[in-house]
Amino acid sequence: MPSAASVRQPIVTLRGISKRYGELLANDGIDLTIEQGEVHALLGENGAGKSTLVKILYGVVEPSAGEIVWRGRPEVIDSPVTARRLGIGMVFQHFSLFDELTVAENIAVALSGKWSLADVRAKLRDVSESYGLALEPDRAVWTLSTGERQRIEIVRCLLQNPRLLILDEPTSVLTPQESERLFFTLDKLASEGVSILYISHKLEEVRRLCQRATILRAGRVVATVDPKAKSAREIAALMVGSEVGEVRSAPAETAQDTLLDIRDLTMGPASLHGKRLKGINLAVQAGEVVGIAGVAGNGQSELFAALSGERLASRADAITILGKACGNSGIDARRRIGGAFVPEERLGHAAAPTHRLSENTLVSHHANGSVTRLGFLTLGRARDLAASVIASFDVRAPDGDPQARKLSGGNLQKFVIGREMIREPKVLVVDQPTWGVDAGAARLIRQALVDLARKGSAVLVISQDLDELFEISDRMAVIHDGHLSATKPTRAWTREAIGLEMLGAAPGQGKTHAA
Amino acid sequence: MLLELVPRQNVSPVMRAVAPVAAFVTAFLIAGFVIWLLGRSPIAAFQVYVTGPLQDPWALQELLVKATPLALIAIGLSYCFRANLWNIGAEGQYVIGAIFGGWLALRTQGTEAGAWVLPAMMALGILGGALYGLIPAFLKTRFGVNEILTSLMLVYVAQLILDYLARGPWRDPKGFNFPQSVTFDPAATLPPILETGRVHYGAVFAVIAILLTAVIVGRTIFGYRLRLTGDAPRAARFAGFSLKSTTLAAFAISGGLAGLAGITEVSGQIGQLQPTISPGYGFTAITVAFLGRLNPLGILVASLVVALTFIGGENAQILLRLPLDLTQAFQGMLLLCVLAADALVTYRVRFAGRGARA
Repeated sequence: MPSAASVRQPIVTLRGISKRYGELLANDGIDLTIEQGEVHALLGENGAGKSTLVKILYGVVEPSAGEIVWRGRPEVIDSPVTARRLGIGMVFQHFSLFDELTVAENIAVALSGKWSLADVRAKLRDVSESYGLALEPDRAVWTLSTGERQRIEIVRCLLQNPRLLILDEPTSVLTPQESERLFFTLDKLASEGVSILYISHKLEEVRRLCQRATILRAGRVVATVDPKAKSAREIAALMVGSEVGEVRSAPAETAQDTLLDIRDLTMGPASLHGKRLKGINLAVQAGEVVGIAGVAGNGQSELFAALSGERLASRADAITILGKACGNSGIDARRRIGGAFVPEERLGHAAAPTHRLSENTLVSHHANGSVTRLGFLTLGRARDLAASVIASFDVRAPDGDPQARKLSGGNLQKFVIGREMIREPKVLVVDQPTWGVDAGAARLIRQALVDLARKGSAVLVISQDLDELFEISDRMAVIHDGHLSATKPTRAWTREAIGLEMLGAAPGQGKTHAA
Repeated sequence: MLLELVPRQNVSPVMRAVAPVAAFVTAFLIAGFVIWLLGRSPIAAFQVYVTGPLQDPWALQELLVKATPLALIAIGLSYCFRANLWNIGAEGQYVIGAIFGGWLALRTQGTEAGAWVLPAMMALGILGGALYGLIPAFLKTRFGVNEILTSLMLVYVAQLILDYLARGPWRDPKGFNFPQSVTFDPAATLPPILETGRVHYGAVFAVIAILLTAVIVGRTIFGYRLRLTGDAPRAARFAGFSLKSTTLAAFAISGGLAGLAGITEVSGQIGQLQPTISPGYGFTAITVAFLGRLNPLGILVASLVVALTFIGGENAQILLRLPLDLTQAFQGMLLLCVLAADALVTYRVRFAGRGARA
């Protein structure tokens, strides 16, 4: 392979790529050139068209118009098989691995051509060593962390000797330390002449990793910039199309009443590969936002289900809301005391996709009688309620009262958060408040969370987005393997300390909960 | 060549409304073809099946008589199907309802029991059907057993119980060994609405059940609970609705209405218990429920339309010597066409010529 220093040649050029889905133009005349050996970022909000574009490049989606020139020759990439044959590899955000098979078996399954398991093991060792992708060939996948699973996907691609590697938001599931190791691997690949198309909406890592960044907005290329030469703020402005403000957060006042009290909460896993909650203690006071960080799958959804009452604890005093022990009472009882809950999944959990927004207010409001009378629904009041949520939380809805699934992710998230906020709950528990949401909506949601706390409510935010937690939390804790770390004021945490807790490697933590 | 179903971006309301009609026409065309293969004229068959009964006053009454159990059972099934619970055993709940209510009719036989007998029989019919419907519901909520299998298998249990009773302990001693009970007293017989007519009060029950269901499903928390459970089960749990109690309630209502259909049929139509008291109403009602899109008004219309195929089938047997099985085959075809039409409204078909697609 030529060295990176030689004159750079485009590995792939996209010309006028468009993709139409019915009314929606997901990609609108996109031009993009990726050079050999460069790490090229594709930046944009959710719905900007990034996923569609890479799916076209990987042959999953057929473009409506435009051409792809691969190493100087126009090519029709009609399937992922063709893409892999040309030398394009892709690591998806959601892994396609068989949980019960071993690492080596998972890799062998995906390889075209004749590979024996022994070949795979040998090759795996080579690739692992040269790129710092540590993997044990004979471990079953379900025992691995998310970071290790991602490495399997990467190794799968590398064994096909790709010339272009596409990664779709690879660090969204990683700890800072794991991300750092991934960056090392990517740098090494690029130095050997492999081109990398890196999709992300985390500006800092793009600046760390990429030579050029193409920014998409509403299906179009708005700019291609050198991310190191621009400030994060400037890039964010390009992505959103307007200046991004910061969340205002006044310092918390002196000690307040405890509104949400979790005492020695222990609960078995709900599913086979679920997590056990191990003696969780946490007190959230009036007027503060407490953040819980952690890598996905360490007990966050179990903790949320226990706090919301979707799963019941064995002891009532495991969870106390506004002084009432309610660990063994259901979600409606907790709502009546003054609790409000927003789960991670917008569609299907927080809201019914095919129900109108007015009907979706019933999900969390039927319990306190504001949209019902004597067992009957008062749909007029539900419509009024939906309308006021839409107005006060800037929900952009296609028509007056659309089905929930017709809303974009950000707008639906504003709706489900607004639906709870409008009751001014004294205790609010939110799981991943801005997951997959555009920057504008994320800022509005974070501001609303902080404002609610400043009005005297207790707000608990579970999130995998560290930047978000540092921005809005007064105090923070880390969940790892179902165990919650000590809660400390946000300014007492460093990113490194958080990262160590996320890995379960913090000093003095190690052995105590391994038993 | 591969066929792919791609979800439509926008589902047109016109298509949605036309789909059941299109399904019906398609089913007729297929049936016509089968009849042609059997060497009969499809046009004559159409006259016998559809236009004939609609012009004959006796047949029009018969239409309402047959539509009554179909509508009652189907409206009950709509509670289960809305919540994505698959009660396939309405036929069995119908039979048990008839047995429970019939027991009282036989117990009070020849006594001077008053006007309370008939309402009590109806109540027992509802109770019997509901209890029998609760068996698969309980097995599902307690042990996670698939309700499709249990509810279906319990149909055969119910039929065998009725068979045993009609041939054994409840057989009319003066009935020349025919496997049937004594004929019910007038006090235990559901009267016709018009003195000279054949349409009994079960038709009124069906209309009431349909109207009540329209209000319950559309306007009450309970109806909302059913819809949310069916459309988004996790959201239903998040709303605080336990799947367990929803399952039990939906099966109880569904079974209760099937039981009511059973006792009204026995008391208003047949007049005694015998081994066979249904030409498969409990199964055909599944078609009715889907043909009516689980909508109360739709079910009312669908029950009349499907009742027509029962009468047409009897006529065709007499006039054209077509087997009665053809009617059942037609009803099955109708259900398939309805489901296919529904799928084609929500999805469009794409022919993917190329082989490899990830």
